[in-house]
Amino acid sequence: MTQAIHISGVHKRFDTGEQVIEALQDISLDVDACEFTAVVGASGCGKSTLLRLIAGLMPASEGTIEVGGVPVKGPSPGIGVAFQTPVLLPWRSVRQNVELPLDIRPETPANRSDVGGLLDLVGLKGFENRKPYELSGGMQQRVALCRALVTNPSLLLMDEPFGALDALTREQMNLELQRIWMQSPKTVLLITHSINEAVLLADRVVVMSPRPGQIREIVHVPLPRPRDFSVMRDPIFFDASERVRALMSASGFTD
Amino acid sequence: MRKTASSIIYPLAAFVLMMAGWYAVIEIFKVPSYLLPLPDAVAERIVRDFGFIAYNAGVTTGITVGGFLLSIVIGVPMAILIVGSPLIDRAFMPWLILSQTFPKIALAPLIAVWFGLGILPKLLVTFLVAFFPIVISTIVGLRSAEREVLELAQALRATRKQMFWYFRLPLALPNIFAGLKVSVAFAVVGAVIAEWVGASQGLGYLLLTANASLDTTLLFAVLFALLIIGVVLYYAVELLEHAVIPWHSVVRLRDASGSM
Repeated sequence: MTQAIHISGVHKRFDTGEQVIEALQDISLDVDACEFTAVVGASGCGKSTLLRLIAGLMPASEGTIEVGGVPVKGPSPGIGVAFQTPVLLPWRSVRQNVELPLDIRPETPANRSDVGGLLDLVGLKGFENRKPYELSGGMQQRVALCRALVTNPSLLLMDEPFGALDALTREQMNLELQRIWMQSPKTVLLITHSINEAVLLADRVVVMSPRPGQIREIVHVPLPRPRDFSVMRDPIFFDASERVRALMSASGFTD
Repeated sequence: MRKTASSIIYPLAAFVLMMAGWYAVIEIFKVPSYLLPLPDAVAERIVRDFGFIAYNAGVTTGITVGGFLLSIVIGVPMAILIVGSPLIDRAFMPWLILSQTFPKIALAPLIAVWFGLGILPKLLVTFLVAFFPIVISTIVGLRSAEREVLELAQALRATRKQMFWYFRLPLALPNIFAGLKVSVAFAVVGAVIAEWVGASQGLGYLLLTANASLDTTLLFAVLFALLIIGVVLYYAVELLEHAVIPWHSVVRLRDASGSM
């Protein structure tokens, strides 16, 4: 069976003119279809760069990246991306923001009539015609999530999507993300710097260390689903979190 | 409501104070009326010659609006070209900036020599004075799109054209409107200067003739008309801004504070 994501011997270098920065060094990673993977690491470990390489937003300097068995050459329609900020267009309503991918690529095999159901799924029913600035930060990020899901991608890439939210909203969004993922299974790669978030949501946690960005270890989280915050008292959760924390401390950088 | 009331009361109080000061200066220093006329003399002159002043104000407004529109029609595409092509940017931007350190109004007589006394040279002078803020603000606006916005566009596989129409241009509009507001004020200046150089009508021409005959009352009446033109055009641009980018934070904050 082909892997949902196959990364092998990937390097990424940035040439600033004065020096060459090795952002990622010899990254190899395989992700199964419908697996939930989290990538954690301190700032500057290249985790966001890794996401951009998989999304086809920038080319790797070396190595191969395949999504669904196909080498990544640029942005692909089968991938949904959610960024750190919601990046909603303020002149478009909630519904129009969600439909943006369909407006830009009308040939996308997605149904506009499903947009209502999608908004319903993230608890935005009744807000279709509101403008982004009328919504709270959490609601804006939900709209962004809908926009990433509207083309029904098989792979969802998320770059610290809840980083700017307050702790309470963030926990709520974590559980919602799990619910959405369980309702419509897809491969998810979540970049985060929150150990709790990573261990709570992911099947596997990829721990990266900075300068140069390398994978230190992959920590499995064999907790049953659906998970809620009560799993935080589970020894499995505790052990996994401690392991991730120890790995991050060992690389000399902790948040 | 309270905010709206105070936004009228304070400027009104300041106006009354200034008028009082005007009367006081004339009264205390015994200023002769050919140097500084009484406010009511100016008011009376405006009422008496209203048709005459209004006609000339109309001419100047036409030049101002024409030159302003010309600035938009040429300035915005110019900015788009500069942002879109590194070659044009590198070749022309230094000259464009250099041209702004030059006093453009000094070109007005030359333009009158070249293009005569019709409407064209006046539009050109107004354009020269007013277009630069539009170019600069449009350039800044088009370059202001944040990294994640551009990455979103890229991830959605937007074409170059879509990138412009869906993302860059709308995101540049707040900056463009900031430039338009500066530009429209400049355009009034440009129109008056153009009429100084060679005209047989318009407020600029009226200023010259009133000056020659030491008719200070008319001078003040014309200044008042210019003030009205400037304010009306400024608020017209602000009204347009309100209609085009109601989503922008500056527009929304202005609405929330209850004043224009």
